[in-house]
Amino acid sequence: MRDNGRNAASSGDLQAGHPAGEMNIVSVSKAYGVGPLRQPVLEDCSFTIESGKLTVLIGPSGCGKTTLIDILAGYEKADSGIVTINGQPVKGPGRDRLVVFQETALFPWMTTFENVIYGPMVRKEMSRKDLESRAMSLLEKVGLVDFKDKYPAQLSGGMQRRAELIRAMINNPKVMMMDEPFRGLDAMTRELMQEYYVRLFEENRGTNLFVTSEIEEAIFLADRLLVMSYRPAKIREVIEIELPRPREFHMLTSKEYLNYKKEALEILHEEAMKAFASGSKVAVADFLEAYSETQAASDRKGRDSFD
Amino acid sequence: MVTQKNTLSARISLRKARKAVLSKTTYRGITDVIIFFICWEVSSTLNFPIVGQIPPPSSVISAMRKIIGSPDFWGSWLVSFKRVFAGFIVAQIVGIPLGLLMGINRVFRDLTFPAIEILRPIPPLAWVPTAVIFWPTAEMSITFVTFLGAFFTVVLNIIGGAKSIDVRYIRAAHSLGSRRRDIFLRIVLPATLPSMFVGMAVGMGITWEVVVAAEMIASRSGLGFLTWQAYVAGNYPVIVIGMISIGIAGFLSSTLIRFIGRHFTPWLKII
Repeated sequence: MRDNGRNAASSGDLQAGHPAGEMNIVSVSKAYGVGPLRQPVLEDCSFTIESGKLTVLIGPSGCGKTTLIDILAGYEKADSGIVTINGQPVKGPGRDRLVVFQETALFPWMTTFENVIYGPMVRKEMSRKDLESRAMSLLEKVGLVDFKDKYPAQLSGGMQRRAELIRAMINNPKVMMMDEPFRGLDAMTRELMQEYYVRLFEENRGTNLFVTSEIEEAIFLADRLLVMSYRPAKIREVIEIELPRPREFHMLTSKEYLNYKKEALEILHEEAMKAFASGSKVAVADFLEAYSETQAASDRKGRDSFD
Repeated sequence: MVTQKNTLSARISLRKARKAVLSKTTYRGITDVIIFFICWEVSSTLNFPIVGQIPPPSSVISAMRKIIGSPDFWGSWLVSFKRVFAGFIVAQIVGIPLGLLMGINRVFRDLTFPAIEILRPIPPLAWVPTAVIFWPTAEMSITFVTFLGAFFTVVLNIIGGAKSIDVRYIRAAHSLGSRRRDIFLRIVLPATLPSMFVGMAVGMGITWEVVVAAEMIASRSGLGFLTWQAYVAGNYPVIVIGMISIGIAGFLSSTLIRFIGRHFTPWLKII
């Protein structure tokens, strides 16, 4: 069930050309600032994003998850280390690795439909007719057909996230990267989004990397859960989540789920304490919230069994 | 699905509420204008100090009746409009490409911005003497001065708009496979349009200010000249007619710009 992050990385064959996207991250380090103010954010970070799996990266707030995503996407360069996709080194942004950001990056001046078709349209690789039918079927899948001619500002937060999800998916990226995409949504919408997302994943089985700081979301979605340490961040632990697919919300009260959660929380607890020692109160607040939810869930489960 | 319907109905009721507010605003506006005219009439007829010197609306209206059929009066409108739009349009033709280039190209911006910043604080009217000397006709010198009125505002607004584009849009566009051309035409240009139209609306206001003053100094036609001539002749009601005409002309011009702006930025309409 557990294996070490470093081992997982070196076991991935750098030379092999995989049909779907597989990314290898080997000893990536990154620091910000100059001189004595220089602070390492990532240090010797190694892991594999396995092909056809949903890998979830979880870590305390401010630990450098977004920096890591920026490096994988090619927006930032690592100070040292190698990032490869299907054996090829990552040199810059590319449509084989698409990112869905924390805040919406839908183009405000385009309608939902225009946003969704943007990628294939500028690359001119599909006929207009194919493109339209593909866009429509994706819009239908996420329940946005009636909103295809609306502008992003006319959509609710959840709809914007869904539109953004399919704007990335229509490009068939080798790897989809989600940087805390459901952050800031209300609890109900968030749950709904997780359901849409997990269903889309289970249908396509593309390679996905999902970054979050919410433990419940992480375990519900993940095939593999990578737990990050606090700064300088590296992969502390890899937990293989063997909950059956399709995932259902009732699994969040199962015994296996709670075991995974305890396991992950123990590590996160240690890291949160480190973060606390370094002065980040946000990280501790995150942890305490997640922890109290576990307690509540165990209580709930206790009650259910009496009913 | 349920949440979608809820937000949709919430949106519709919001729109209804907005309409109600809008009609109240219109109603208040009408009341305000009526009160304004009553105050004006009363202060003129009772001969209040200073403001009492202004002819009352009643005498302005009777002067209006005489002047409204005269081709000279409408000729003044036409002449001023022509000057304003000639200067304004040239300012757009030169200013929009320049502003966009300065906004997206750092080297070009560094090379051109200082010169523009030195010229910008000079009020357009200070250019009147040089303009009269350098341009062969008075018409051209007035058009040049109105051009200056709109030019700097448009350039600065476009630079500001292009520089403040959210990097997420550029990154997303890059990731999705855009070439430089796509980034410019589909991202930078539309993202800059709102501030471009703000610049145009402000620039249009400045253009009218400038044209009226320039006509008083260096011309024998237009609404500015009409107003000045009425002052020289001591025809006070016509001064007021001139002023009101300039106000209405300026309002019509800005409305036109706003209308065009709304047409080109439909995504801003609904917020």
